[in-house]
Amino acid sequence: MDAQTFWEALKGRGFTFFAGVPDSTFGSAYKTMMTDPDIRYVPAVREDVALGVASAAYFTGRRAGVIMQNSGVGNVVNPLTSFSLMYKIPVLLIVGWRGYGGPPNDAPEHWIMGAKSPEFFDLLEMPHETLEPDNLESALDRLIAAMDEGSTPGALLVRAGVIE
Amino acid sequence: MIDRYQAIQQILKRVKPDDLVLSTTGMISREVFTADDRTANFYMIGSMGLLSSFGLGLALLSPEQKVYVLEGDGSALMSLGTLPLIATEHPANLVHIILDNEAYESTGAQPSISSNVELADLGRAAGYPHVTRVDDIEALEGAISECQGDSGPYLVVVKSGIAPVEGIGRVSHSPTEIRDRFKSSVLKENEAQC
Repeated sequence: MDAQTFWEALKGRGFTFFAGVPDSTFGSAYKTMMTDPDIRYVPAVREDVALGVASAAYFTGRRAGVIMQNSGVGNVVNPLTSFSLMYKIPVLLIVGWRGYGGPPNDAPEHWIMGAKSPEFFDLLEMPHETLEPDNLESALDRLIAAMDEGSTPGALLVRAGVIE
Repeated sequence: MIDRYQAIQQILKRVKPDDLVLSTTGMISREVFTADDRTANFYMIGSMGLLSSFGLGLALLSPEQKVYVLEGDGSALMSLGTLPLIATEHPANLVHIILDNEAYESTGAQPSISSNVELADLGRAAGYPHVTRVDDIEALEGAISECQGDSGPYLVVVKSGIAPVEGIGRVSHSPTEIRDRFKSSVLKENEAQC
C-alpha cells in the first residue's frame, strides 16, 4: 500500500499526534508523515520517551501513536508495565518488524528480536495485529476496538515492503 | 540547601488551581500527595525517568495550561536525552523542576552522580531559554515567580538536602483514580478554551 493510504486510514480514525524513533521499514512513509500538515510529530530520542510524549494525548481526548523499530521494544517494557498498562492509558505502537522470518533475512542484530517480537506483546497481554498489504482497514479496526475495550496500549507490526 | 519537602510546599503554594502538577516515582510523589493532594496532580508512581516526556506531551497538547514537572536528579539523569527534546519543542508553558539532593533517597539515599554533574549547565547546553539553580528558599521563591511568565520552557534546579519526612504517607488513590481525576482536570481546561 502507498504511504498516503496508510496515514489517511490512521487520520480517519483520529490519530493525528505521533512521537517516535525512525525505522527504515517505513521508508518514504516517514517522510510523508512528517510533511503532513494534519499530523503533529515529535522526534523523540528514545522509544520510551516517545511513549511518554504520545500518552499525553489520552488526557486531552485524542488518539496518538508511537513509531518505532522492534529493537526498541525492550526500551518500552518498563513504561508499558508500570505506566500504560497500570494506569490503563491506550496508545498505538506502530512497530517496524525487522528480522522477520529469521536468518538470513535482515541483519544479525535483528534476528532474535525479529523472532520474538509478537511474543513480547503476548506476554504483556497487549492486543497486536500484523499489517498485510490487504488488511489495513480491518487490522486497524480490530486493534483499535481491542484497545478501546480494554483501555490498553496495542501494537501494529509492520514488515518491510508492506508500506511503500 | 533546602529541605525538599519545604521546597515542594513552596512550589505548590504558587501553583494555580488549573495548573497541572506531575511528580515522579518515589518520595517526591509521596511528598506532593502529602503537601497538597489536588485533582490536577499526576503521581507517576512507577516508570522512573518517564515523567519529563509525559510532561512535554501534555505541555504541547494543552498549551493554555501551565505544566509543572517535579522530578529528582536520579530521574533526570535517567532520561537526560529528554532535556534537548524539551528545548527543541520549546513549550512555553512547561516548568521543569529538578529537586537535586544528589541521591536516590527513595531507595535508601545511595549517592547519585549529580554531585559531580551540574544539572543546570546541562539544561543550558540542552537549550532551555530559562535556567535557574537555587540553594535557598528565597532564591526558589524568585525562580518560581519567574516561571509564572509565558516564555518557557523553564528549568529550575533546586539543590536539596536529604531530610526524610517522618511518617510520610503513600499515594492512596488507585492508578485509574489518579488517571481519571487528572484527565478531567486537563479536559476541563481544554473545553473552556473551545
